[in-house]
Amino acid sequence: MAKLNINGKLVDIDVDGSTPLLWVLREQLGLTGTKYSCGIGICGSCTVHINGAAVRSCIVPVSSLKVSEEITTIEGLSADGTHPLQQAWEELDVPQCGYCQPGMIMSAAALLKDNPDPSDVDIDANVTNICRCGTFNRVRRGIHLAVDINKRGKS
Amino acid sequence: MKKERVSISRREFLIRSTTVGAGFSLGLYLPLSSHAAMAATGSADEVSSSVPEVNAWVVIKPDDTVIIRIARSEMGQGTLTGLAQLVAEELECDWSKVTTEYPTPGQNLARDRVWRSFSTGGSQGIRGSHEYVRKGGAVAREMLIEAAAEAWGVPNDECSAAASVITHKPTGRTTTYGKVAAAAADLIPPLEVELKDPKDWKLIGKPVKRLDTVDKLTGKQVFGTDLQLPGMLNAAIKACPTFGGKLESFDAARVIKMPGVHKVVRVEDDAVAVVAGTWWQAKTALDALPINWDKGPNAGLNSDSIEQMLNEGLTAEEAFVGNRNGDASKALQGAAKTVEATYAYPYQNHATMEPMNATARWTRDRCEVWCPTQNGEAALEATAEAAGLPASQCDVYKIHLGGGFGRRGAFHDFVKQAVAIAKQMPGTPIKLLWTREEDMQHGHYHPITKAKMVGGLDDKGDLVSLHVRISGQSILASVNPNWMQDGVDMFTFQGLLPEGDHGISYTVPNLLVEHAMRNPPVPPGFWRGVNVNQNAIYMESFLDELAHAVGKDPLEFRRKLMANHPKSLAVLNAVAEKAGWDKPAAKGVHRGLAVCKAFASHVAACAEVSVDKSGSLKIHRIVAATDPGYAVNPQQIEAQVEGSFVFGLSALLYGECTIKDGSVEQQNFNSYPSMLMSEMPKVEVIVMPSGGFWGGIGEPTIAVAAPAVLNAIFAATGKRVRQFPLKNTELGSV
Repeated sequence: MAKLNINGKLVDIDVDGSTPLLWVLREQLGLTGTKYSCGIGICGSCTVHINGAAVRSCIVPVSSLKVSEEITTIEGLSADGTHPLQQAWEELDVPQCGYCQPGMIMSAAALLKDNPDPSDVDIDANVTNICRCGTFNRVRRGIHLAVDINKRGKS
Repeated sequence: MKKERVSISRREFLIRSTTVGAGFSLGLYLPLSSHAAMAATGSADEVSSSVPEVNAWVVIKPDDTVIIRIARSEMGQGTLTGLAQLVAEELECDWSKVTTEYPTPGQNLARDRVWRSFSTGGSQGIRGSHEYVRKGGAVAREMLIEAAAEAWGVPNDECSAAASVITHKPTGRTTTYGKVAAAAADLIPPLEVELKDPKDWKLIGKPVKRLDTVDKLTGKQVFGTDLQLPGMLNAAIKACPTFGGKLESFDAARVIKMPGVHKVVRVEDDAVAVVAGTWWQAKTALDALPINWDKGPNAGLNSDSIEQMLNEGLTAEEAFVGNRNGDASKALQGAAKTVEATYAYPYQNHATMEPMNATARWTRDRCEVWCPTQNGEAALEATAEAAGLPASQCDVYKIHLGGGFGRRGAFHDFVKQAVAIAKQMPGTPIKLLWTREEDMQHGHYHPITKAKMVGGLDDKGDLVSLHVRISGQSILASVNPNWMQDGVDMFTFQGLLPEGDHGISYTVPNLLVEHAMRNPPVPPGFWRGVNVNQNAIYMESFLDELAHAVGKDPLEFRRKLMANHPKSLAVLNAVAEKAGWDKPAAKGVHRGLAVCKAFASHVAACAEVSVDKSGSLKIHRIVAATDPGYAVNPQQIEAQVEGSFVFGLSALLYGECTIKDGSVEQQNFNSYPSMLMSEMPKVEVIVMPSGGFWGGIGEPTIAVAAPAVLNAIFAATGKRVRQFPLKNTELGSV
């Protein structure tokens, strides 16, 4: 039995060590906001934070994780759904089907942590999630709006 | 358009249950405990189970919450919100109090199809149901007013309703919908209602926010893959990768003792599934399972043999005629100049972000399925068939789709499989989830076609004759043969037909459009935009070729053919003007145009691209215009236009399924890429509803993205790309 630190809580995990983090989140912990889509670390639907960095959880074997590492999922991004990105996404009606959006938001959130006012080029380089509905332009606007919301909050 | 007086079929509104049961809940027949299943129950909570419906479309709770029933499926396209706007417009309710719920297809069946079609495809969600859902709202409003008037003992016509408040005009007395809803539910619906004059619409045409956004931002939104039911097991599946092949044998003993494995089962005649405690355990065991396939008759099929089949059709003597006027071949012979070109369009996968999935529970006398579907009724039919039970003993609970694009409407292969598995484990809910690889290999693909285009120009450089010979696959022949007309698949001619929703946007004096049907054994399907994807590329690229062949401006060349197509001309002019067609673009940037009529909407685009010496393409900007007749929610239309461009441009840049040894070669997003944010152009959307008709939104604009970009690439490089996707073509100028 391994322990993991997920959304600020220590949880016991009882699975084969080769199980990807994605499936531990979804099937052991009921955190189904993190999505399966490609399973090979490309599309980004399964993006979570490990120590603040965006990681494709579908290719991270749970045995590679230590209890000291802080794992954050979409459910833990904010206590009440009011992370600036969540506010911006709501304001701009960003999602269409919504399936890729938790991953999209987690990728954007990791970017903003490192780079509080990213350029479009920074966004292009860091948000490489696939969205088949085609929300990219609203995602971009959403990230810029979240920057504004952040600034307003701080002023 | 004036106010519209519409009579009501008594049957339509009198057949109703006295209460809205928790039947609208996804979990009616199961004790719910898990969080996800509770979330999946949506708005149909315990309170609503005791509230009578005003009519099939409207339930109002004592606290004035309005529940609007939505028959079509939400898969990202915004139909849920748009349909609610249509009902609420006539209902005169407080929009801030509106929620929605899906009736089940089983309830629709039991109530004589009171909600009519559940089918969500062909950009029909709104345009196919706008009238009867508005009627539903209007009838409910009249009944609510009557209930208030009766309580006050005053005539109905002294009362009016707005924002869920009913006012007795002479005295100024007011009450709310929530207070009179129970009494209204007992009234006999009016025989006639008046629908508003569109100029009086307050909510239709307003860019209100979607009703389904918030849960999508926190992970709370339940998709099919997320469903948790008590006692549920998970299944992973492999079907024979060769089209038409069968499952020969498998060695269950090798995996049955692996962690979590409950059972290894044959599914229909072509697949095997492992059922386990978790999906990851099921998938791990399935990967280890030795399987023998009987590859069947198509094991020798490959892309080259399919191409030969299509090439033969390009010149075959016999072909179906989709559009003919004048004498194209005679006029070609007399033309001062002729131009000929052959185009080819590949197989493509829908590749919804959420892979195919369904959850089923089967017992001897009942079968239930929970699934993302574009057509609940078709899903119910598939359930009943696979369950071996009458439809009245089955039901389907619809869940938000993680993308549809046509994959989950006409085909419920994943539902039949889930039921086939559940049938082998009676009473246990089984969630079947496909891997991405399974999804890539067992699609219902955008059909493959080629087109030989021959145009004739007179000595003034005007188009006098056009012959379009399409060769390739029919969707209907495989999917809906009963929709064919005397063996002809008229869908093949979308965008090139003489008139109607997919009428050609030009008047060509001598025109012949034909289809030599050649159907390789690869299953085709409806794919967002269906046949306008390739037909608009063929037509709009070739018109560009013709214009350049006689040194004419592509806009002027088109305009000359569009005098009889004023609405198409208007959208074309709108994009040309906004893009600044008559002024030079920035240095190194080149423009291309396209126009089309699709799904009854008139659409056009002007793309701006640059291509550097190494051949790297940058799409900078696309100006798009759409005239859908009426625009229910302009901000959602903008989102759909942008989204359709991502779908269409992903197809143009990367979309290709190739066939080797009877199987699709592509396995995942590494071999079947989709465009990324870094490749996304700026999109400027002009929504220009001209009124008087209802056109589609989700699909039409997909038609113009690719050809506009292709024409811009020609302007930039002098290269005319006629084979797709673009990843296979070197665009470099050196």
